[in-house]
Amino acid sequence: MERVGEVVEASTTDFVAQCYELYQSPPLGSLVKTGDSGGELYGVVYNAATTSLEPGRRPIARGKDEASEEEIYRSNPQLLKLLRSEFNALVVGHRQGDKLHHYLSPQPARIHGFVYLCPPEEVKEFSQSFDFLNILISSHLTVPVDEIVSACLRQMSQAHEDRRAFLVAAGKELAVLLSGDFNQFKAILGRIKQ
Amino acid sequence: MNDRLGIVVSGSLTRGVEVRLDSSASVEDMVVGRYVTIEGNRRRFFGMITDVSLGVTDSNITQTPPDVADPFIAEVLVGTSTYGTLHVSSYLTIGGDVDSLLEGPQPVKTIPGHFSPVNLASERDIELVFGKEDEERFWIGNPLDMETKLCLNLEEFVKRSNGVFGKSGTGKTFLTRILLIGMLQKSKAVNLIFDMHNEYGWAGTSEGGPPVKALKQLFQDRVAVFTLDEENSRRRKVSTDFVVRIGYDEIEPEDIGLLRQTLNLTELAVEAVYQLRRKFGKDWLQSALDLKGVDDLPEDLNIHESTLQNLQRGLMTIRRLPFIEPHAPTNAVDSILSYLDRGINVVLEFGRFRDITSYILVANMLSRRIYAQYQARMERAMGEDIAKPTPLVITIEEAHKFLNPELANQTIFGTIAREMRKYNVTLLVIDQRPSGIDDEVMSQIGTKITCLLDNERDIDSVLAGVSGKSELKSVLAKLAAKQQALIFGHAVPMPVVFRSREYGSAESYKDFLPGKPAEKDIEDLWS
Repeated sequence: MERVGEVVEASTTDFVAQCYELYQSPPLGSLVKTGDSGGELYGVVYNAATTSLEPGRRPIARGKDEASEEEIYRSNPQLLKLLRSEFNALVVGHRQGDKLHHYLSPQPARIHGFVYLCPPEEVKEFSQSFDFLNILISSHLTVPVDEIVSACLRQMSQAHEDRRAFLVAAGKELAVLLSGDFNQFKAILGRIKQ
Repeated sequence: MNDRLGIVVSGSLTRGVEVRLDSSASVEDMVVGRYVTIEGNRRRFFGMITDVSLGVTDSNITQTPPDVADPFIAEVLVGTSTYGTLHVSSYLTIGGDVDSLLEGPQPVKTIPGHFSPVNLASERDIELVFGKEDEERFWIGNPLDMETKLCLNLEEFVKRSNGVFGKSGTGKTFLTRILLIGMLQKSKAVNLIFDMHNEYGWAGTSEGGPPVKALKQLFQDRVAVFTLDEENSRRRKVSTDFVVRIGYDEIEPEDIGLLRQTLNLTELAVEAVYQLRRKFGKDWLQSALDLKGVDDLPEDLNIHESTLQNLQRGLMTIRRLPFIEPHAPTNAVDSILSYLDRGINVVLEFGRFRDITSYILVANMLSRRIYAQYQARMERAMGEDIAKPTPLVITIEEAHKFLNPELANQTIFGTIAREMRKYNVTLLVIDQRPSGIDDEVMSQIGTKITCLLDNERDIDSVLAGVSGKSELKSVLAKLAAKQQALIFGHAVPMPVVFRSREYGSAESYKDFLPGKPAEKDIEDLWS
């Protein structure tokens, strides 16, 4: 299982994880998990950012005399230590024992908990039910919800042999959830069609 | 094949239930007139699709339609944001409660609960409702889009007067022929058919095809063909059993009363007929025609000259009818009755005399006398506890000419339709203009079979008094122009749209014959 980071901030609804390497955050919309054998939390990546380690110190442009982007990093090896990549994940479910639940966990994630990218089999298992879509849609995020939902479904569809059937089923679920907002529904459909 | 269609979302007992279609069921496959079963918690309901409509969850969809050229979007939308709804009228409960287990399907008194699943009715369900072909039941056709046989209990059917309606060219005659064969085989009733267009006796016409065999050709021993026009029958190579002649002395004033409109008689002229009958007795017609003028009239008759002329003109029309003779050699009524008593069905062909005067006159005269005989026999049977006369079904075409509101009270057919089975005589009414038939008569018709009708008034009059009228109306208006019919009323547990069984090919004749003969005989018969 691919380890992608470590929890550095956590709340009931989401957690922030820092990547071990710069720019190594999982793709937008992918399913990640954290926790131990006692209980695992599943989250959907909804945001990723690379910032300076110190909030007050912004990086400055350094490439004036360099030929390429790589050259900048090579000439300034300290950069890799002064910057960090983080990603935010929205909690969409959890596992207790053998049971998978598509709703919020009673406990938030633990700081320093390892965060893993879910392998395709696990994504497939998790996306047997579309109950998590409701959490995504009703969340108040800084990123547009349509984008997160569609990115998440596109990612998940890769784990299924019949991508189209999966997306159609998801679309039908969305049609019910968004029955009052056809325009948003249409926007998402436009982003998940192949 | 998955037969599940959808779920019940709303409804009422009087208006029927609304069913929301699943996304897997296509709206376009839902045909009005198809059967569905609804699985309630404790009962199963049997109903018919009476309307199909489209719905959307959000009105925005209709204002800014999505790009359905994209199959993905189209597939997602079907059954979710855009969906089909069915309107189902439930008629029966099958299984579930004690009554329906013991006595078969029961009329509905309630509706299924919310979200009860709705399925296409299986062949077995339909068989349960409409029965199998057996001793009493006769296969008349198949419910729409189904292989199951729709069987009619003819023993029940003939207990009431019945009607076959439909525009001309929709298959009334074929349907009637099938019904007559059914009655001949499966019921104890005998038929007297007034065959205005010579369709039922020996051979019938079919649009764009060779002539089809009619009753006599199929059931030699059980059908007798009577004719009014021997020459015509001979030319058509029909072997007739009896030539009907009517004597002047057999015509009664009531017969003239019926013909008032067709003969263009005044009220006074009809009054005068009664006076003449009283004065001259049985020979009144001849005597009236012999009168040279008012001066010839016996003193005690008070008839105005113009009235007499009007009357004589009318009577001349009758006298000109070739089958009317001063004295008939044999009594047609007696011979018809003797055939009927032996269980032989009688078809009376009119040959060339298809004008309405002959038809009304003959049909009425004969029926009245036959009915009177039946009445007498029935009363005797009740009084003396002897066998009742064989049930008789009188088939009349162009029924609105006899049964219109003006005449229905005077003709014998009005009486038969109203008094119904009391005297074991019922009617089979065939008509293309049911709105012309008296409402009272219409309401007494037990089972109605109707092919396509497109006149609003005709549809209204056929469906008058039926529950769920508006639903049936939509079904009736959508029938195919040929071979399809809607049957409802006494003999069927619920209204059914059906495609009448095939008639006209050698195969089909074979199916109609009881106790199929050996292969060789078939070859002999049909080659």
